[in-house]
Amino acid sequence: MNAATFPRDRPLEERLLHVDSKAGTVRDARVGDLPSLFRAGDLLVVNDAATLPGSLAARTGEPFEVRLLSHDAGTSWQAVLFGPGDWRTRTEERLAPPRLRAGDRMVLGAHEACVVAVDARSPRLVTLRIDATVQDLYRMGKPVQYAYVERDLALWHVQTAYASRPWAAEMPSAGRPLTWGLLLALRRRGVALASLTHAAGLSSTGDAELDARLPLPERYEIPLETVRAIARTKQERGRIVAVGTTVVRALEGAALAGDGVLVAGAGATNLRIGPGFRPRVTDGLLTGVHDPAASHFALLQAFAPQVLLERAYAHAEQEGYLGHEFGDSSLILPG
Amino acid sequence: MEWSGRGVLVTGASRGLGEQLARWFAKRGARVGLVARGREELERVKDSIAAEGGTAVAIVADVGDKEATYAIAGSAAELIGPVDVLVHCASALGPLPMPLLLDTACEDLASVLETNLIGPFRLTKALVGPMVLRGLGGAPPAASDAQRSVVVFISSDAAVNGYPAWGAYGVSKAAQDHLARVWAAELAEAGVQFLSIDPGDMNTKMHADAIPDADPSTLLDPAVVAARIGAILEHRAGIPSGTRLEASSAAKAVSA
Repeated sequence: MNAATFPRDRPLEERLLHVDSKAGTVRDARVGDLPSLFRAGDLLVVNDAATLPGSLAARTGEPFEVRLLSHDAGTSWQAVLFGPGDWRTRTEERLAPPRLRAGDRMVLGAHEACVVAVDARSPRLVTLRIDATVQDLYRMGKPVQYAYVERDLALWHVQTAYASRPWAAEMPSAGRPLTWGLLLALRRRGVALASLTHAAGLSSTGDAELDARLPLPERYEIPLETVRAIARTKQERGRIVAVGTTVVRALEGAALAGDGVLVAGAGATNLRIGPGFRPRVTDGLLTGVHDPAASHFALLQAFAPQVLLERAYAHAEQEGYLGHEFGDSSLILPG
Repeated sequence: MEWSGRGVLVTGASRGLGEQLARWFAKRGARVGLVARGREELERVKDSIAAEGGTAVAIVADVGDKEATYAIAGSAAELIGPVDVLVHCASALGPLPMPLLLDTACEDLASVLETNLIGPFRLTKALVGPMVLRGLGGAPPAASDAQRSVVVFISSDAAVNGYPAWGAYGVSKAAQDHLARVWAAELAEAGVQFLSIDPGDMNTKMHADAIPDADPSTLLDPAVVAARIGAILEHRAGIPSGTRLEASSAAKAVSA
């Protein structure tokens, strides 16, 4: 499948593949058709994490790139290191980063960082103490870039229309085409909206072994109003639709942590969702169009049979749907 | 309205009305984000708020700089929590002494609009999305009036009167007032209120820049005006979104 190589100007005209997991059907639609695919009483849950300017130019002796992965607390960050070069090179073809050890220091723009720990299995995965405020990060960082994108992405290219706290290492991209015109139209149709914040991690680390460990544990925060809205929706037999796999992980991870009961508050989840996983909270998912080889595809199998998903993907490919972060969407939802 | 613990972002907070509004909210327990270009002045306001037991963070940025939009919005969300109150106080007059429109360079008009109109537009866009999401949070009914988020544009009588030499500024303020009206119409059901408030003539650096020979004794103390605006916001449940108010008469009306 071809990638959309830059954010497009008319999100409502982007394509939407509607996979009805109950009827076993696959239909072509447009993002602007979303309100007609929902029913009054359904609930849409979005991830309101804003995207960090998480790509930082670093130097020890030689230049390399630091990509912020997650914020632990205070000045402590988990990060992935990439060797010299830039985003025009695919991550897996980038040169290896310098081998750093705990205690090593690096220069980040006008600031400094100190290596606190190095992952035993993947030396490019490190914990850093970064001597910079969140404002400093905005001054020196750029959003993570993609080799298939035709030119530099600015921070405003990778924010959703409801982005709030900067927790996401990369854009929670399923929500990218959701304009306020569309969200308010859904609302007028009787679809409720709720949010949570989930610290989406990196999509690619340039190291196959580390990639296989993704997603690493990610933190989330679920407001009480969202828990209440979900309970109300379930009681009234509405459908809970997650916007993006990050929302699925946060909700299902939180429900598991609560022994099946969704509790409001902050937490972290290392939940990996795949075939055989039975979602307790979410009924459906709005997401990109994912290749059967991609890790997201495994998660989709918790929502629809593999055969149907493969058929949907083959259809999308044949019909010229576009993939990746700025690509078309799919809605996997039981009718 | 209960301000305690709520996120309030004030632009132009390093002096004048912006500083006094920040102090007013901080005194009432709000978590206040201070935005201005000058680090030193901003830190001074922050420290003095902290010394009085308030909570404030300094966000050094130029609201007229597009690159600063998400830096301001993201820093504010991270440092003070969800922003429920956004006050646009930062303003530029343009070249001094203020020229007639026929003598105003196009670039100077554009620059005033960038700071007074486009910048506040961008920042409002970045902050109102999450406000609407919270306002609509869950299912109906939406947040009660008293808890609604609010965006305030500090306006001017130059927005409604054609004063000679106030062209660039006046045009920018008239446009701001209209932004508030249209946003109010678009988001009538969405739990966010928009107001523009004309503070009156105040004894501030901006006023001195504009009219250096004004008699300060005829001008309002910005702390007094900040208290008036605070009173208006505390009683804003009865004010339709999109309204343009004059601080003195509106404050009298709400406290009557």
